[in-house]
Amino acid sequence: MKLCYWMYSGPAHIGTLRVASSFKNVHAIMHAPLGDDYFNVLRSMLERERDFTPMTASIVDRHVLARGSQEKVVDNITRKDTEDVPDLILVTPTCTSSILQEDLQNFVNRAFLDSKADVLLADVNHYRVTELQAADRTFEQVVHFYLDKAKKNPAWQIKKTSRPSINILGMFTLGFHNQHDTRELRRLFKELGIDVNVVLPEGGSAHDIQHLANAWLNVVPYREIGLMTARYLEEEWGMPYTTTIPMGLVDTAQFIREVFSNLRRFSQDSVNGEVRLKSVEEVEDYIDNQTRFVSQAGWFSRSIDCQNLTGKKVVVFGDATHAASMTKILSREMGIRVACAGTYCKNESDWFREQVHGYCDEMLITDDHTQVGDLIARLEPAAIFGTQMERHIGKRLEIPCGVISAPVHIQNFPLGFRPFLGYEGTNQIADLVYNSFTLGMEDHLLEIFGGHDTKEVIEKSLSTTDGVEWAPDGRAELQKVPGFVRGKIKRNTEKFAKEQGIQKITIEVMYAAKESVGA
Amino acid sequence: MTTSTKDALVLECETGNYHTFCPISCVSWLYQKIEDSFFLVIGTKTCGYFLQNALGVMIFAEPRYAMAELEEADISAQLNDYKELKRLCLQIKKDRNPSVIFWIGTCTTEIIKTDLEGIAPRLEAEIGIPIVVARANGLDYAFTQGEDTVLAALVQSCPNLPPSALTAKTSDSLPTVAAPSTAFIQNLLQWPLTTASSAGQASLAPTKDAKKHPPLVLFGSVPTTVVNQLTVDLNKQGIHISGWIPARRYSELPELGPEVYVCGVHPYLSRTATALMRRKECKLINAPFPIGPDGTRAWIEKICQTFDIKPQGLAEREAAIWEKLEDYLELVRGKSVFFMGDNVLEVSLARFLIRCGMTVYEIGIPYIDKRFQASELALLEQTCREMKVMMPRIVEKPDNYHQIQRIRELMPDLAITGMAHANPLEARGISTKWSVEFTFAQIHGFTNARDILELVTRPLRRNSSLSELGWTTFVREVSPKAIDAQVIDADGVATETANGAFTSA
Repeated sequence: MKLCYWMYSGPAHIGTLRVASSFKNVHAIMHAPLGDDYFNVLRSMLERERDFTPMTASIVDRHVLARGSQEKVVDNITRKDTEDVPDLILVTPTCTSSILQEDLQNFVNRAFLDSKADVLLADVNHYRVTELQAADRTFEQVVHFYLDKAKKNPAWQIKKTSRPSINILGMFTLGFHNQHDTRELRRLFKELGIDVNVVLPEGGSAHDIQHLANAWLNVVPYREIGLMTARYLEEEWGMPYTTTIPMGLVDTAQFIREVFSNLRRFSQDSVNGEVRLKSVEEVEDYIDNQTRFVSQAGWFSRSIDCQNLTGKKVVVFGDATHAASMTKILSREMGIRVACAGTYCKNESDWFREQVHGYCDEMLITDDHTQVGDLIARLEPAAIFGTQMERHIGKRLEIPCGVISAPVHIQNFPLGFRPFLGYEGTNQIADLVYNSFTLGMEDHLLEIFGGHDTKEVIEKSLSTTDGVEWAPDGRAELQKVPGFVRGKIKRNTEKFAKEQGIQKITIEVMYAAKESVGA
Repeated sequence: MTTSTKDALVLECETGNYHTFCPISCVSWLYQKIEDSFFLVIGTKTCGYFLQNALGVMIFAEPRYAMAELEEADISAQLNDYKELKRLCLQIKKDRNPSVIFWIGTCTTEIIKTDLEGIAPRLEAEIGIPIVVARANGLDYAFTQGEDTVLAALVQSCPNLPPSALTAKTSDSLPTVAAPSTAFIQNLLQWPLTTASSAGQASLAPTKDAKKHPPLVLFGSVPTTVVNQLTVDLNKQGIHISGWIPARRYSELPELGPEVYVCGVHPYLSRTATALMRRKECKLINAPFPIGPDGTRAWIEKICQTFDIKPQGLAEREAAIWEKLEDYLELVRGKSVFFMGDNVLEVSLARFLIRCGMTVYEIGIPYIDKRFQASELALLEQTCREMKVMMPRIVEKPDNYHQIQRIRELMPDLAITGMAHANPLEARGISTKWSVEFTFAQIHGFTNARDILELVTRPLRRNSSLSELGWTTFVREVSPKAIDAQVIDADGVATETANGAFTSA
């Protein structure tokens, strides 16, 4: 047993459900006790999703425990099959129901006989893998399943696109700014004359999977999800994939070069160079133009304003992708000293070490938030770039924090366009960094002139208390009112007391006031 | 579905494919209520992630609750539960030193059959902190019933009131039972503590010469403010409350015994009621629940009636409250409401809203104990008759899919629903209010009636303030084929805009 107050990544089934509900027309059946289906709340509330989350819990209760759940699971699958007519029904247990060691595969096989939809059991170990690992695995499982299915169809064949094309793998629901990143990448590829063949799983459907192999190259924007699928597609279907994360000016440029070197190789090997691709010079021109003139981030780093950030000490913590990229951006693109870079993705520790090596003073790989808190308290950085947890740690220590990674919060679903990837992403990141510190110039001027406000606030209360007295019980009750409305309630109660000619405000007077004015 | 007026309430049961929160949610309000407690939820990552996420509770400082996260070695019984729990509880004792540790069992401890009740007494003796075990699991219970399991367990910890304590003047004779005498001494020792710590309640003692009545203990977790409000109103009738379950501190739990009358404030506490009657032989006052002015009046009347007290000025008090609600009542009169079912407060809320002039189509509810809610159900029937509206259909263990079909058909003015369905219903032009808000808001007693209507009318007021825009639904009804056609579209920007566009009604 582990004493646990908070965790960076969720249980495995959340990852599975995130992948399932990202696809169009895929329904998830969760084999779980009442209350374990809160994923639909997360999705509906955080993503402000307009549609019902395509997920049904097949409830495990006492009755089911006593009789076995076969009938119920199969019934629920066939019921959803007729109600929603999905392409695929993905069945998953949770940590709890996986202990029952029921033969879910058998239920799935039975349901498959009667249903029009494909039925698949998500194959993850709920005690050994994290949310992100489970998502990665489920995504691969679904892709694998549909390509195997396509293979059996004699009419199916791979038709490589005539124009250069890529797939984007790993965009999914509840991801950190994933929707914005997708849009930015689409724009980037459009400008580079490359077609986007399929984006999966978000917004794609099960039918799109058979077209995956038509693209020339797979793009995996994040380390955490999509990599397993890309590896499978490489092994089985000989498709190369990118490993550079297009975040920050240097890595976005590197990413574009990686894409083109892959496309060029494909073009020479398979279509004898007949297809028109941008030349090396044209690509370099594009990169240079974007870096120096279109994106504002490069210029920002050289602007006088950013000078004051030089040598400021920060701590970076998040998922492997965002933490590694932010460390590199802060260190080599903005001249900020990263005292510590860390990640909670323990399974990516080797990759992470390799990425941030040389860009930070120390590294921390842990999924225990108290260790991160202690580290921040010890290092006393000028700013933190982390998750919502680091933001809370920062609040307690009065250190500003910019949020750069999941776990997500409603604030990470802005309505406006806020990508982290590509050239527009570099602007967003520069803004985030700049706004996280006490503003550069302002900070400098504060030091010169000695602060904003030198006069203390003398009178905090605007209400006059002439002739009205608070009885001890009334005062005690007032103290229980949350601070932010206490002043209003105090004023309204005193006003009520004056109108009523009451001298002493007791607890009864307070309630009477509330009843009268709705204070 | 028939919507004609029926003469009696009909209770149905559906498939139980519905969404509600896990009963371990109760930890989030009980740890705040019982100030010297620590809640240890013994479960998996799934439970922990729920507590930290779905309730929107982000942990600022270390709170007085934590997970004992079961790992693979625990599940496969390679580790010894006793040793593991001891290690964790000693850590909690060192870090927080609570007066009591609540062990909240989950579905997982049920399935692997962890003997929490067996381990607790041994460990309690070893570490010197009382341990209360409650099984708030989703196999047997829904959302708010978690509190029921905790309070039912807490009943056991309440000291016994010696049978003769009330008429102690004549008790020169020795007590007949040996055990209670020690409890009695303990209570004497605790008495000054109890009064001293409730300083804020000094003026809450009965003002009039209270008629002697047997001790009254109320059960149900409500914020101190609500405790005080209900106390004031009962005091006006000369009724003194001997204690609450739960009390603000574990050490302040009330004495219980055969002479004690008990009355609940929440409709979901049927197990606690049973525990009080069976284990402590208390007398249960079965009343409607003090939600809304009508319910509060009926609740106080029932308590008065039990103690043979004639209520004073209660009708006037209710009337005065209704008068103050008039501005809100204008908004809800003639409107219809549909409860999808979530927190077992549905019957009481529906009864109040019907009294406000609304029509209730359906009361979805996770579970209903017809005996414990008997008075409330009778009041609901009576209210429907008096207001001349149809009897709502009560659906136990509802099926959300079927309910949504019914909502589409009935088009109620308001659907009170769980968080999972609110946004999708709003997108389809149905106004919603989150049912959890009624769990967390202060809704009991005369004083808070306004707050219930504040919540209920908010979507209606929002609608009227946005009505000029003329946009009511925000989803397209698209055929599956049309979706497929949209997918492969290289121009990302255009797709995004199309997806984000409004559809006007």
